[in-house]
Amino acid sequence: MLEKLENIKKQFHEELNAVNSQAELEKIRVSFLGKKGLVTEQLKNLRELTPDEKKTAGMQINKLKNEIEEAIVQYQKTLEEREYIQEIENAERYDYTIPSAREAGTLHPITIVQKQIEDIFKTMGFIIEDGLEIQTEYNNFEAVNIPKNHPARDMQDTFYLENGQLLKTHTSAAQNTIMRKYGAPKKGEPLKVLFPGRCFRNENIDASHENTFFQLEGMMIGDDISISNLIYFMKVLLSEVFERDVKVRLRPGFFPFVEPGFELDINCAICGGSGCPTCKHSGWLELLPCGMIHPNVLRMGGIDPDRYTGFAFGLGLTRLAMMKYNIKDIRLFNSGNLKQLRQFTR
Amino acid sequence: MLISMNWISEFTDLSGVNIKELINRFTLSTAEVEDIYEMGKNIKDVVLGKIIEVNDHPNSKKLHLVKVDIGTEVVEVVCGAPNVFVGAHVPFAKLGGRVGDLEIKEVPIAGVISRGMCCSEKELGISDDNSGLMIIEENYPLGTDIKDFMQLEDTVFEVDNKSLTNRPDLWGHYGIAREIAALNKRPLKPLELVDTSLYKDLDPIDLKILDNQRTYRFSCITMDNITKKKSPINMRIRLTYCGMRPVNLLADLTNYLMMEIGQPMHAYDNRKVKDIRVKTFSEPFEFLTLDGVSRKIDTDTLMICDSKEPIGIAGIMGGELSSIYDDTSSVLLESANFDGTSVRKSATKLGLRTDASSRYEKTLDPEMTVLAIARFIKLLMEIDPGVKVTSSLTDSYVQHYDSITIDFDKEYIDKYTGIDISSDMMEETLSALGFDVHRSGDKFSVGVPSWRATKDVSMKADIVEEITRIYGYDNFDIYSTKSLLSPIRHSVERDNEYRIKIFLSDKYNMNEVHSYIWYETKMNKELGIHTEPNIRIINSVTAENDTIRSTIIPSLLGFVYKNADTNPEMGMYEIGRVADGLTKDGLCNEKKRLGIVVASKILSEKEVFFKLKEAIEQVVLSVKNRTPKFVENNEINKYNYVHPINSAGIQLEDQEIGYLSVLNPRIRNNIDKKLNVAYAEIDIDDMEKIDVLPLEYKEVSKYPGVTVDLSLLVDKEMPYETLTKYIDLYPCQYLDKYYLVDIFEDDKLLKDKKSVTIRFEFISMERTLESHEIQSMVDGLLGVLKDNNIELR
Repeated sequence: MLEKLENIKKQFHEELNAVNSQAELEKIRVSFLGKKGLVTEQLKNLRELTPDEKKTAGMQINKLKNEIEEAIVQYQKTLEEREYIQEIENAERYDYTIPSAREAGTLHPITIVQKQIEDIFKTMGFIIEDGLEIQTEYNNFEAVNIPKNHPARDMQDTFYLENGQLLKTHTSAAQNTIMRKYGAPKKGEPLKVLFPGRCFRNENIDASHENTFFQLEGMMIGDDISISNLIYFMKVLLSEVFERDVKVRLRPGFFPFVEPGFELDINCAICGGSGCPTCKHSGWLELLPCGMIHPNVLRMGGIDPDRYTGFAFGLGLTRLAMMKYNIKDIRLFNSGNLKQLRQFTR
Repeated sequence: MLISMNWISEFTDLSGVNIKELINRFTLSTAEVEDIYEMGKNIKDVVLGKIIEVNDHPNSKKLHLVKVDIGTEVVEVVCGAPNVFVGAHVPFAKLGGRVGDLEIKEVPIAGVISRGMCCSEKELGISDDNSGLMIIEENYPLGTDIKDFMQLEDTVFEVDNKSLTNRPDLWGHYGIAREIAALNKRPLKPLELVDTSLYKDLDPIDLKILDNQRTYRFSCITMDNITKKKSPINMRIRLTYCGMRPVNLLADLTNYLMMEIGQPMHAYDNRKVKDIRVKTFSEPFEFLTLDGVSRKIDTDTLMICDSKEPIGIAGIMGGELSSIYDDTSSVLLESANFDGTSVRKSATKLGLRTDASSRYEKTLDPEMTVLAIARFIKLLMEIDPGVKVTSSLTDSYVQHYDSITIDFDKEYIDKYTGIDISSDMMEETLSALGFDVHRSGDKFSVGVPSWRATKDVSMKADIVEEITRIYGYDNFDIYSTKSLLSPIRHSVERDNEYRIKIFLSDKYNMNEVHSYIWYETKMNKELGIHTEPNIRIINSVTAENDTIRSTIIPSLLGFVYKNADTNPEMGMYEIGRVADGLTKDGLCNEKKRLGIVVASKILSEKEVFFKLKEAIEQVVLSVKNRTPKFVENNEINKYNYVHPINSAGIQLEDQEIGYLSVLNPRIRNNIDKKLNVAYAEIDIDDMEKIDVLPLEYKEVSKYPGVTVDLSLLVDKEMPYETLTKYIDLYPCQYLDKYYLVDIFEDDKLLKDKKSVTIRFEFISMERTLESHEIQSMVDGLLGVLKDNNIELR
């Protein structure tokens, strides 16, 4: 009996070594472990043996059966691995240097810069507001302290409409509406608001002049907002915008809606302040007008100028985008030229 | 405006002051300095010489051989000037000297050695006169360096005029000197004047102001026995350095006064002008100004006249016929103040902005008129001592500015500045600037000087500026605000705008564009696009682009046209404004619109249409969590670029928010026959009125579901939505959802029907559904459909 089992074992290993596929392996499994398989047959032969022999032989047969089962499982794994290797070796080699066909969509460069700046100001607690493009004379002029006879109101600069309205000439046109919307700030909770917008001036278009352009304006109004705060906020916010430690300096500047009014310069990034053609050898670049909101403007906005003070600043968003992307011709922005606009992927 | 430091130093001591640093302080505290010029540095070794002999040049008719006595020696030079004569005193540049860019060397000129150079005024940089040699009339020993008696060396700086618009007091050197004195903490010297009360017994001039609106003040005086014609050399140098051209003594002096104290003046020939009327005319007329141009004067323009005729345009320019001539020896001197706005409007209408008018525009101080006359006479008499004043100072002060007193305390200033500036420093600053300061501890009451009171300084906030700018913004401590930490209200609309833009750009590869708010009429004509009349701009850039758009689509179609040649596939969008007519109160009904256009030469028109539709659905879903409905809308057919069949209104919660359409072939063919175009417009404002559907999470079943595909035969024309209505008629709690898999059409096989394959998903939350249950639900559904003539294929 034992000898027979040894022979079966020997026969099994011989056959197994010749197997080359899952199908052949299954055949072997059936021929040894199947209902009529060699090992199963041996179990049937047990009837003819004595109880002691039965016990020993039974154990031997089971041992062989387990051995064969395990060998088959092992062999199956080997076969699978062999097949994987084969599949991988036979795989088509893809040319990953082939460019993808998909062309990325783009945001308008103004949108990109605008969003970046809005995000920066949001981190400092600024609310983002919007305003109309078609405005009343009151909002665009009177409410920001530009009286009837002011040169800024001369016909040539402003697009007037048939109904007496106009295309807003500056983002300041939204100041009054925003002040009225939010009202006087609570103690210790200054109103901080940023309002970008599209503005219009009646001028001839060339590489550096557009009649339609974007500005971005900010205000902060509270019970103790000071010039010192203005300089601080400008310095930290502009450092974020320009991604460097910006130096700022203030010069007196006249704008009807602020008093005192300032021109804010930043140190020139090209030369670092030592003087170069970009900054006309002064080391400084004139960047934005700002100032303490004029008491008349606060009053017209329903905010008591004896209790509250505030600062405001304006930034040429279109100009900033030109600086950022080194755009030489302002006409790009409203051109709808896809060849140009598709470049602004970030 | 150009400012001479030599001139400034007449009014405040500049000794020991670093001029460059001072000018920088001026930029930071007063007004922007654009440029600094060092004058006269390039003139070296030029001395007073006397021409003692003039001979013809052997080889040239134009050139002369000249002997010049320069005190220590006599030098022979070749000279080309036409006005060379024996006895002339001229500036002579010695060998080794320098005149501008020219180094003086021994050189042969037309074959004769020249050992120096006689100079013209232009060569010395003191005027543009290059007609001949400069003839020096002043008496100095020969060989004296001309710099010893000519103020050639000067630092001149140019102030940006724009930064002076609100400072009428800074339009002359004296005002600038006041600032510089305050910055330097040194005193400002008073102007040297004559005492005009000496003339009070003389007859006044017959002066009548007939327009009290446009005139503030008119002062005048007459003088006789003026013999000198030419201004002293140093006055001419200053005028030249400050950008004025020296002409003759009287004209130069009026200009000099304007540059010195900012008061425009005018000198009339007293032989012609004896009396003054200031008025407007009831009819327009032609008037010859002293630049020789005939100008049309309208009825709003204030004129200076004598009792017979107009002699000058008030505040702008005098007349040709009453001007100073070479033989003028008696003058009527005008020093007046007019309404700034009226001068600006007249100057704009005439297209004639002069140095005078641009000063009047700034609202000058009327107190200056008599001051200027007193200063004029003082300077004139120094130059020409024989001059006689022949009238009393005649002065008509028609309108006064209110005198202004401002009360404030230190606390107010501190709140504005955020820093601590001492009351002493405030007092010192304001006094230096000419304010009349009354102080009691930290309380102030200050009188505003007349030169700041015309519009510039009127309230407390203006005082803040005066104190802080002299204190210096560079000296400020800077710090953040004290404020509570509180959440920021954020704008959902703005967030949605970005969401839409990023969605269309990132998911649908579209490009965001910006277009103008008006219709581009020429482009629209070219494409055959008709637009509706809408509100117009009354002063548009070009006459044709005067209509504000009421829809964004024509702008986008214009961009498709511009890009069609080079781009077989396009997706563009814009969120922009339109005016959708007027509101009840007559204001523009401004709306924010999203316009999208998809165009392709590769996709079919149908594919383009459905790509657009998908984009719209996804965009709306992403911001509102609601799926829009597409419905018939005949109203959009008013646009000739809409496709009458393949277009639809877009609804959200039964509210119309926009439409989409295939481009009408009539317009398409004007762009590109092969280009398939579809576009949509959504009113963002209308869409934002619909609230966001709150997202509700639904538990998913633990049991497996069953899907059944049914191909249903329906009428070819039946919209999918109609079929869904029939399906929805069948109430079935286990039908989780169903969706379209395929639509099959075949004219031969199915004739006027189409086969719509829909996948139904059945599922229960409690158990696994049995197959016979599914079957009975399918049978039930088919039964309902059959009742509505829909069969299984």
